[in-house]
Amino acid sequence: MTTPRAVAAIVGPGNIGTDLLAKLQRSDLVDVRYMVGVDPASEGLARAEALGVEASAGGVDWLLERDEMPDLVFDATSAKAHLAAAPRYAEAGIRAIDLTPAATGPFTCPVVHPPERLEVPNVNMITCGGQATIPIVHAVSSVTDVPYAEIVASVSSRSAGPGTRANIDEFTETTARGIEVVGGARRGKAVIIINPMEPPMIMRDTVFCAIDPDADRAAVAQSIHDTVRRVQEYVPGYTLKAEPQFDDPRPDWNGRARVGVFLEVAGGGDYLPAYAGNLDIMTAAAARVGELMAERLLDPNSGPEKKAVHA
Amino acid sequence: MTAPVRIVDTTLRDGSHAMAHRFTEQHVRDTVRALDEAGVSLVEVTHGDGLGGSTFNYGFSLVDERTLIAAAVEEALQARIAVLLLPGLGTVTDLRAAADLGAGAVRIATHCTEADVSVQHFTAARELGLETVGFLMLSHMAEPEMLAKQARIMADAGCQCVYVVDSAGALILEDASDRVAALVAELGDDAQVGYHGHQNLSFGVANSVLAHRAGARQIDGSLVALGAGAGNSPTEVLAATFERLGVETGVDKDALMDAADNVVKPFITRLPVMDRSSIVQGFAGVYSSFLLHAERAAERYGVPAHEILYRVGERRYVGGQEDMIIDIALELVEEKKNVAGA
Repeated sequence: MTTPRAVAAIVGPGNIGTDLLAKLQRSDLVDVRYMVGVDPASEGLARAEALGVEASAGGVDWLLERDEMPDLVFDATSAKAHLAAAPRYAEAGIRAIDLTPAATGPFTCPVVHPPERLEVPNVNMITCGGQATIPIVHAVSSVTDVPYAEIVASVSSRSAGPGTRANIDEFTETTARGIEVVGGARRGKAVIIINPMEPPMIMRDTVFCAIDPDADRAAVAQSIHDTVRRVQEYVPGYTLKAEPQFDDPRPDWNGRARVGVFLEVAGGGDYLPAYAGNLDIMTAAAARVGELMAERLLDPNSGPEKKAVHA
Repeated sequence: MTAPVRIVDTTLRDGSHAMAHRFTEQHVRDTVRALDEAGVSLVEVTHGDGLGGSTFNYGFSLVDERTLIAAAVEEALQARIAVLLLPGLGTVTDLRAAADLGAGAVRIATHCTEADVSVQHFTAARELGLETVGFLMLSHMAEPEMLAKQARIMADAGCQCVYVVDSAGALILEDASDRVAALVAELGDDAQVGYHGHQNLSFGVANSVLAHRAGARQIDGSLVALGAGAGNSPTEVLAATFERLGVETGVDKDALMDAADNVVKPFITRLPVMDRSSIVQGFAGVYSSFLLHAERAAERYGVPAHEILYRVGERRYVGGQEDMIIDIALELVEEKKNVAGA
């Protein structure tokens, strides 16, 4: 039995685009019809074609000339390319899920935002470290006031691509803003560490939130556990390495206590290797957002209780 | 004639680790004045982990580093004030703010195999007209040829002096000079080479002498060795040693000894010492600033600091991964529980 699915295109046939395609090929809600690049020699285009997806190096122009236009476009190119293409997608009525740092649309994290929030022409997926940690900041801030939250993302050297390396400030600054805007901390700070060890380390993320010394610690811990389970629906390798750690105020903490959360993010190993959890959580979150959008496109009355099937 | 060497002081940056980032404005003013009068031409002042380092993970500064940098700039009549920046933690925005406060140099530090993350910051530093220095941290983790290739990336990005940084105090004699020689051979006249040593295995000064002989022209020290792990090569000892060797430093060794004894020693909260934990750091190749964090986790979770540090070395964690110290402590607690329950 085939049920209607939203038609989608992936623009950017690199590692991210290819992994995203592998995930979406399992989707009951999204049908990736097109893979779009600019380099005829792209291996990613050839791989997509082999999987039965119509692939072209004709860029956005080619995509917008299709008889059947996509409902959704996943953009895994670069900030610059997305900035140029975003108005054209909007004009054509195509919803864009932006995996680049362009951030023309609002920051989006699938476990934080209700599906109604996705009723915009363009959403941005923040950063990999943001997708891994902002759910936890939000889990804490939804129980108690978080005046300050800080995250440390450790990624393997092999999974840190040239774009990230050339502009690492973009990661720290964008993630910090996401911690505030989406996570709900009054002030955010983000750190990224690139570790070259072999075999490569699996992505690790640590979240520290300043909280009131009298905050309900059991409620905070419960909220963190609940959130981890919800992220696991689309990233099964998203795990707590230990129980949340609560520390009483220290002299240099300005009267605040602290909760520390230690996460490991193993990828699904679809196209990208499992250690690259940082890349996987981006593609998995984008796929999730795409499914939530597709669900509402296909059935505008669908409520938030109806769950997309993905992982 | 033997080539001269520039002694660079990092008491007020690397020493920040040993002080748990509790420097006051008075500490900074007094120390900068003394170093300036002793003829030190480059004085580093920043949170131990560089600009923006004041965090849960690395420790919050008692006094905002921008206040300390501004105070240092005011006190320095001839010396230039340098700031440290670790890409991934500090940003170009932080660097601009430091330059606005009068900092005249930046030392940009990356893990020894990841130099390409610094290109953005070197480009900005040169645009700001700053003197530029590159730090290849945990240099023991890369072989000399690999290290030289990484130094080339920094030099091409606008770095004027690339340091072999022995963050773990793990280099022993030729380990240091072979690396310096490889960088000198690679960089030629394109950039100078520097050496930054730690005392965890007690080789800070000896390695510095060998580094100079291998072509290093900038050498780091800290007064009273104040720094991470068992501390840095003591600035006052470097000055005395190079003078005995007939190497011109441009600094006054007696003024530096006076500064160590009468300015820094009175305010420091712990004398750097080669104790079990810091020796393990040198042996196992652990980033020196993990020391106080491991001690704190040891106290909090009731597991020995040296066991935590051994495991950090096995896992090959790099600078900045202080959060993994808590993670390992929790692991050790769990393992001990399992043994007890078995």
